[in-house]
Amino acid sequence: MPKSRIMAFTWATVKNLFSKPVTSKYPAEPIAYPEGSRGHIEIDIDDCISCGICEKSCPPRAITVKKPPEGTWGIERMDCIACGYCVSVCPKKCLHMVEGYQTPGGEKIVDTFQRPHMGEEYIKAQEEKKKAALAAAAAKKAAAGNAGTAPAAGAAPAAKPAAAATTQKEQT
Amino acid sequence: MAKRSVVPFGPQHPVLPEPIHLDLVLEDETVIDVVPSIGFVHRGLESLVKTKDYNEFEYVAERVCGICSFGHGNGYAEAVEKIMGIEVPRRAKYLRTIWLEMNRIHSHLLWCGLMADAFGFENLFYQCWRIREKILDMAELTTGGRVIYSTNMVGGVRRDITPEMGRAILSTLDFIEKELVPIRRTFLSDYSVQERTRGVGVLTKEQAHDLGCCGPFARASGINCDMRLLGYDAYGELEVEPITATEGDNYARCKVRLDELFQSISLLRQALEKIPEGDISVPVKGNPDGDAFVRLEQPRGEAVYYVEGVGDKFINRFRVRTPTFANLAGLCETIKGAKYADVPLLIVTIDPCISCTER
Amino acid sequence: MKNEIIVIELADLLENVLVLKTKGWRLSQICAAFRDGHYELSYSFADDETLDYETLRINCPINSVVPSISEFYSAADFYENEMKELFGVEVKMMKRDYHRRLYRIKAEMPFLPEEERAKVVRQPDTAIPGAIPEAMKGVSEVPKEDTE
Repeated sequence: MPKSRIMAFTWATVKNLFSKPVTSKYPAEPIAYPEGSRGHIEIDIDDCISCGICEKSCPPRAITVKKPPEGTWGIERMDCIACGYCVSVCPKKCLHMVEGYQTPGGEKIVDTFQRPHMGEEYIKAQEEKKKAALAAAAAKKAAAGNAGTAPAAGAAPAAKPAAAATTQKEQT
Repeated sequence: MAKRSVVPFGPQHPVLPEPIHLDLVLEDETVIDVVPSIGFVHRGLESLVKTKDYNEFEYVAERVCGICSFGHGNGYAEAVEKIMGIEVPRRAKYLRTIWLEMNRIHSHLLWCGLMADAFGFENLFYQCWRIREKILDMAELTTGGRVIYSTNMVGGVRRDITPEMGRAILSTLDFIEKELVPIRRTFLSDYSVQERTRGVGVLTKEQAHDLGCCGPFARASGINCDMRLLGYDAYGELEVEPITATEGDNYARCKVRLDELFQSISLLRQALEKIPEGDISVPVKGNPDGDAFVRLEQPRGEAVYYVEGVGDKFINRFRVRTPTFANLAGLCETIKGAKYADVPLLIVTIDPCISCTER
Repeated sequence: MKNEIIVIELADLLENVLVLKTKGWRLSQICAAFRDGHYELSYSFADDETLDYETLRINCPINSVVPSISEFYSAADFYENEMKELFGVEVKMMKRDYHRRLYRIKAEMPFLPEEERAKVVRQPDTAIPGAIPEAMKGVSEVPKEDTE
């Protein structure tokens, strides 16, 4: 049996008597979080495009994305496991992991963020867009009809680049 | 004839951070039989895998356990990488090794505290956890989380350790090493501590082998079983020598774990010195098709991961055999024949992690 | 550092395990899975000297009775009870049968697809005599309903 001593721990006891406490007075003294601490998720709602990738990839399914016209982004704070996977999959990089942990509580907290220019405004804008698109299409059709009737059958190759140009415009 | 009685132990007990239930059959003060039962925190994570994408499940796999979390994520990621034939960049392998070892340090220090608490040495308990706090700070600095790192992913890691962080880790290691010396001395040579650890719960080498024990629990009985020798991650390039003891009692388990703390510190220093420059992840394309067994060394011992993919983005089967489940049989064996008063201490010496065990 | 999976027949299980036991291998894990209408059992063994790993894989239909290997490896009864409780695999001659009380969960066979659960026919007590805690007999008879 190796040497056994009595009161091998006296060093700590004596040291503790004359040293400052290692703990801090937390609520009174703020804590310094290191950079990149995974506390909770924040969103720059203005940049959100409601694609829903974060909703599909969230492991605990804490995120709910409502597509326009609602255009909201909600998170159940208590369900979030702060893994940061949504941050890494977000195509617009509008999600951020910021410091500050979720405080415990008895009720589930749901934070919902509203995208700007949603609701009636969005529907109106959408309708206007549709109208504009229809008008543009009608105008194009009319132009194409004019172009189709005016030249003779021999000018068919010349019409081709024009058609290609219109399709490109539609795509953009 | 001695009076025989059955005493229920747990699931709520001051010594247990997590719920496990034991029916102890006593003859006077001596335990002659023990019937364990688990399942109080059964979550069915192995079933959950079928509803999650394989990249997404990484974060669920990591949350199998709250203490040895990084290892679970790493085991899962490695199994998927093995199926898909992905070669992880060397820097990512080193980073994984660093975080695994940080995980081991904090887990072993936690165990030291719980052990001290179990035999009623509160001051020693506080000292262990005071030191543990420093390594948790380093984890938060490098990964953003204190115990759940969430930095692993299939194909590499998500965060890098900058040179400043490396220096901070090294200075913390110096601090921990300095502070650990008197703690180790107290654990191993204090008279009252030895009264509770020497010769208690002896498990011989043959018993440990027959019962399939693993990790520090088996190494304390003289089995040279350390999965780090497999050379996964960067362990193949570092010097790992399994730490074993021969006594097989509580004292040996203390000794093995305390010495492993120093070993982890040395491994971390080696890894931080040798870490190469380069990418930290590779892009992953396609879906896993096939199956693989992967083993790695968790703070508590050998963990086995089995992943099976069938060619779509959902994993068909994920199985974890956690070290505590393997050590349960050994625990029951050590409890048989022990005094009732030693039972809490014996439970702590296998470093039980019940949430892992039940998944 | 081999790591391989060997598919064997259910009847050859005990022989294969005995070979590994005499070679001095350690039982690493046993797990079950249910896929395509049959059970898939995997018995993994490890050798700590050479770091080899070998998995015996058995495919067997529902209700086939699997012999226990707990006579060779006494820790095997934990895994066998686990697959019995979570998947409904019937294992006979277990050293210790926990009678579905190892996992204290309400659901029976939670990992087996729901439509398959009705097909499982419970074997009568398949444990060897004295398997349930001999010492507990007559001391505390816990009625089964109380376990939940």
